[in-house]
Amino acid sequence: MSGIRIEALRKRYGTGDMAVDALKGVDMEVAPGEVVGLIGPSGSGKSTLLKCLGAVIEPTGGKMVLGGSTIYEDGWKISDLRTLRRDNIGFIFQAPYLIPFLDALDNVALLPMLSGHSDADSRKRAMELLEALDVAHRAAAMPSQLSGGEQQRVSIARALANHPPVILADEPTAPLDSERALSVVRILHSMAQQYETAIIVVTHDEKIIPTFRRIYRIRDGKTVEEAGEGRSTAGEIAE
Amino acid sequence: MISLAGRDILHGWGKFVLTSVGLGLLIGVTLTMGGVYRGMVDDAKVLLDNSGADLWVVQRETLGPYAESSSIYDDVRRSVFEMPGVERAANVTYLATQVRRGGEDTRVMVAGVEPGEPGAPGQPGYLTAGRHLARSHYEAVADEASGFRLGDTIRIRRNSYTVVGLTRRMVSSGGDPMVFIPLKDAQEAQFLKDNDAILQQRRRTAANPSLNRPGVPGMLEGVIASQGVNPYVNAVLVRLLPGADPEKTAEHMRRWMRLEVYTRAQMEEILLGKLIATSSKQIAMLLVILAVVSAAIVAFIIYTLTLGKIREIAVLKLIGTKNRTIVGMIMQQAIALGVLGFMIGKVSATFWAPKFPKYVLLEVRDAATGFAAVIVMCVFASLLAIRVAVKVDPAEAIG
Repeated sequence: MSGIRIEALRKRYGTGDMAVDALKGVDMEVAPGEVVGLIGPSGSGKSTLLKCLGAVIEPTGGKMVLGGSTIYEDGWKISDLRTLRRDNIGFIFQAPYLIPFLDALDNVALLPMLSGHSDADSRKRAMELLEALDVAHRAAAMPSQLSGGEQQRVSIARALANHPPVILADEPTAPLDSERALSVVRILHSMAQQYETAIIVVTHDEKIIPTFRRIYRIRDGKTVEEAGEGRSTAGEIAE
Repeated sequence: MISLAGRDILHGWGKFVLTSVGLGLLIGVTLTMGGVYRGMVDDAKVLLDNSGADLWVVQRETLGPYAESSSIYDDVRRSVFEMPGVERAANVTYLATQVRRGGEDTRVMVAGVEPGEPGAPGQPGYLTAGRHLARSHYEAVADEASGFRLGDTIRIRRNSYTVVGLTRRMVSSGGDPMVFIPLKDAQEAQFLKDNDAILQQRRRTAANPSLNRPGVPGMLEGVIASQGVNPYVNAVLVRLLPGADPEKTAEHMRRWMRLEVYTRAQMEEILLGKLIATSSKQIAMLLVILAVVSAAIVAFIIYTLTLGKIREIAVLKLIGTKNRTIVGMIMQQAIALGVLGFMIGKVSATFWAPKFPKYVLLEVRDAATGFAAVIVMCVFASLLAIRVAVKVDPAEAIG
């Protein structure tokens, strides 16, 4: 199975008496096409886990397997983390954080371009994603001209632009009302299945927690897997 | 690949253009300062070129006639003319003075030249209107920059002169326009005393027993008559025959006439190396300060623009943008700022340079050097912002 798998992942900040164990052996596995929730109170280690999964900070120990390849096992197995992030990990943030000086289409096309694809191919791929996310008609609009929901859909398209095996979504529905929040989750489920992408959604949003089939609850640096209500398909959420 | 710098500039073009205008005006001032220096140098060279002289014969141990006062007898010209290799020799006097024109004072350099000898050293090279000096008194040829027109009257000391000719780019080493008047008038103007002073001098001469001896009739009158004549000029300008060696001729004159003789190269060294040396250093200091201020402004602007994009830079890094791309974006923006600023500065300097009271010479090579300096300055000024951008942690995008 590809997707993402982590085993006994640990992260310690500081040394000696000042050392803090943010992650104390986290296990998690998300299959391609699956959307799981990651929930937990503030300070439980969610952000640290997200940063480790995103190859932004280095864990202290454990193992991470991404898309079938071990990327971390008591040390990074890949030297170029920037390329790893670019080609294998999609990011969706609490705020869309679109590049303000690029229009919606180029915000999405930028990633394939950075990966070396031609401008034409990148824009074609970006337009397909915008069409799939129903914002193609806003392709030429600048981020400041888009509504909050449209911005978030463009940011989802950006996360999918390089067809990564995993997408990390950090509170993607936080700034949205219930209707738009459910719409975004519906899209995430749909995109996960359509593009065979594993999606981890960090959230506090009670409205969307029932939509996950599996939930990882993190507390004191450890995760506990729980069964969700399982309404993980687009159709079920719509009901 | 998308030009991130270009898109960012287009997105906030108003701020970018306004910033460029501010920088451009500063660059314009810098270019103008350079032009002022070039103008000074050119004025000095024009003075020498337009004099038509190969040698300057002046008083011993002076740097005359432009840098120091020099006084030699006017009959020296005949001796000089007899020297081998000399084609023409002409007496000349120079007097920097204020003249009135239309109720305003104008600073001019009054040159005394022999009338009726157009083409002789010291004469105005060419006229744009009117004719050369033909009479021995009360005529003048003025540089157009003085503001005088044909038929105007110029009051110099006690006498009035009618403008009979106009010339162009005949200026002193300080850039003041020249007014040519007959040599005799110029000699009188240069050494003329007022009536009270003349009376006082005559009284002192009469009181001097060695000049007013009872047994020598006519002596006092003779002495007083000699005091009313000025036989001095500031220099004799010499044009050499084709093929004559200026250095050898000058050395010959120095040895036999016991006067100082400067060649063209030596006179240029005096004007550029001594007369305007302090002004040059002054301008150089200002140029350095302006360059530093410009660099500081560019650095501050680029730094501020970069600080305003920290989140975007973090996102770009998180999604896999190379540091090189981000560095390129910042540097391109700095260079674009410099290019636009330079264009605005160049246009501004070209626009306002002719309005300066003295000659401002904007040379293409200075513009090219200035452009290169601006680009280098912008690249260096962007380093601080680049340092900040490179240090941005991609984790900042996650929070």
